[in-house]
Amino acid sequence: MNQAYKVIGLLITLLPGLAAAEGDDDTWNNTLKSQFFAGKNIEESDAIIALEAPYRAEDPAIVPLSVTAKIPQTQNKYIKKIWLLVDKNPFPFVGEFEFFPESGKADLAMRVRVNTYSNIRAIAETSDGQLTMTKKFVKASGGCSAPIGADLDEAMKRLGKVKFRLDDSLKSGQPAMAQLMISHPNLTGMQMDQMTRFVRKSHFINQLKVTFNGKPVMNAKIDIAISADPNFRFYFMPDKAGELKAEFTDISCESPVSRDVCSKGKSYSQSYAVAP
Amino acid sequence: MKYALLALALLFSQTSLALAPLPVTQIAPGVYMHQSTHHWPDRDNHGEIANIGFIVGDKCVAVVDTGGSPQQGIALRIAIKQTTSKPVCYVINTHVHPDHIYGNIAFKAPGVKFVGHHKLARAMASRAPHYLGRAEETLDIRVNQDHIIPPDLEVKDSMTLNLGNRELLLTAHPTAHTDNDLSVYDKTTDTLWAADLVFLEHIPVIDGSIKSWLAELDRLEKNHYKLVIPGHGTPVTDWPASMQPQKAYLSDLAKEIRAAIKQGKTLEQAVDSVGLSAKDHWQLFDQFHRKNVTIAFAELEWED
Repeated sequence: MNQAYKVIGLLITLLPGLAAAEGDDDTWNNTLKSQFFAGKNIEESDAIIALEAPYRAEDPAIVPLSVTAKIPQTQNKYIKKIWLLVDKNPFPFVGEFEFFPESGKADLAMRVRVNTYSNIRAIAETSDGQLTMTKKFVKASGGCSAPIGADLDEAMKRLGKVKFRLDDSLKSGQPAMAQLMISHPNLTGMQMDQMTRFVRKSHFINQLKVTFNGKPVMNAKIDIAISADPNFRFYFMPDKAGELKAEFTDISCESPVSRDVCSKGKSYSQSYAVAP
Repeated sequence: MKYALLALALLFSQTSLALAPLPVTQIAPGVYMHQSTHHWPDRDNHGEIANIGFIVGDKCVAVVDTGGSPQQGIALRIAIKQTTSKPVCYVINTHVHPDHIYGNIAFKAPGVKFVGHHKLARAMASRAPHYLGRAEETLDIRVNQDHIIPPDLEVKDSMTLNLGNRELLLTAHPTAHTDNDLSVYDKTTDTLWAADLVFLEHIPVIDGSIKSWLAELDRLEKNHYKLVIPGHGTPVTDWPASMQPQKAYLSDLAKEIRAAIKQGKTLEQAVDSVGLSAKDHWQLFDQFHRKNVTIAFAELEWED
C-alpha cells in the first residue's frame, strides 16, 4: 500500500459518518468476502448482472429483489452462478443459484427479508470463472424477526403447495419467464410463536431444483432470508412441449445463525405441463 | 457545565410536559376524546398520533387507548383527573399498535383492569421486542418490557363492562386492521369507538387481512350508530356514509391486485401501479400505500 492510499484509508476511518451514510462494506470486507470467496478476485461492475432493490423497503419481510443478466446464456459463455447476500442480516447468506446454458437467461427475482439498513450484493460467476459483483443499499428494519403471518395454522395447512405461473405467449426456442410460488412459512428461528410465546425453531426451504424435461434450469441453495411463501422468477427454454418440475427440501436448524446442527425435513416435488 | 444545564433544562421541560393535561373534548355526554392530527410517527411527535380518550360512568372511568408514549399516558391520566373525581377501573386497548398502548403504564394501579382482544397478549408478546427495539431510535422515547401490559380481561367474542349506570359492549373482531381489533360500544350515547377498524382522512393501514377487513366493514355497515370514533380522523355522525371512502379504497385495492395477479403482474409491478388514483383522497398516502399493496398482494396471490 503506498502513501496516498494510506492517507485515503485514514480519511475514510476518520469520516465514519460519511462512510456509513449509504451502507458500509465492513461486513463484506471483514467476513463475507473471505467466507465465500477466499482468495478470489471479484470485479465490481454492472457489466454481467444488474441488481434491482427498493431503496426503502415497504415491508422488511417482503423485499423484492431482481437480478438481470446482461449476457445471454450460450454454450460458449454463460452465467454459472449467482450469490445473493444481505450484509447486515443475522445470517447474510440468501442463496446460491446455479444456472445453465439451457436456462436461456440467468435472470432471477425473489422476495427477501432485510433486518436492518444494509447493502445487498449479487455476485455472478461466468463460465470462464470470472466473478463480478454489484450491490444496492436498502433501508429496512426488522425483516427477520417480524412476526410470523397472522395465521400460522393456515400457513401450515397449505405448506408445500406449489403454483407455477407462465407467460401466456410462450414461443418455442425463446427464453420464457416462469414464476414459482411455494407455500411455506420459511421460519427464520428468530420469530416469536404467537401461540406459545416462545421463539419458533427455524424451518425453511434449503434446496430447490428446477428442471424442464429433465434438463436443469436452476439449482439453488437457499436460506432463512427468503420471505415466507418463497416466490421465484427465472427463465427456461420451452423448445417443445414438456414438463417443468420443481423439487425442493426443507430443514430445521437449532440456531438461526449456524447451520451446524440441523435436522432434515421433507422433500417435495411438483410438475407443470408446458405447451409452447 | 453546559451539559448540566442542558440536563436541567431537559428535566424541567419533561416535568412541565408531564404536568400538562392532554387536551380532550367531550364529544358525547361522558365520552371524552383527544383527537390527533395525521403524522408519520417520528422523533418529533413521539408516536402520539392516534385518537385516545375515556368514558365516564357513575362509578368509574374506562380509558380507551393510552397513547403513543408514556408521557402521553400521563397527560391523559391528568386530563381524567381534571375532568372527574371518579377512579379509572378499566384500560381498554383496542389493538397492539404502539400509538395505542405505549401510555399503558401511566394507569397501572391496584383496582385497574386492562382489557383487550383475546389475541392481544400474544400479539404483544410477538411484536414487543421488535417495537421496543426501535422506539428510542425512531420515536425518541424510552420504553421497555414494563410498558407492555397484557390484558387482565381477554375478550373472546364480546364482553360487557359496567361503569355504573353505563354499559360498554366490547367486541373482539375477526382479523381486520390487525388480528386483535377490539371495538367499544357505549350504549348510553349510541357511540361506537371503532378505533383503527375505521380510518378517516388518514389512509387505512393494513396489518391484518384485506379480505377479512372488508368483510368486517360489510357487517359494521349494517349497524346504526349516532357517533363513530375512528382511531385516526374526526368522529362522525353520518355512519355508514362516512366509511365509504375507506371501503372504496380497500375494495379497489383488492380488485386491482386480483386483476394484476391474473395478468401475471409481479409484486413490484403492482406496487408501482395499483390504486394510485386514490392518492389525493388520503393523508399519508405516500407513507403507507405501497406497504398496503405489498401486504395485500402477498395475501391475495394465494387465495385460489
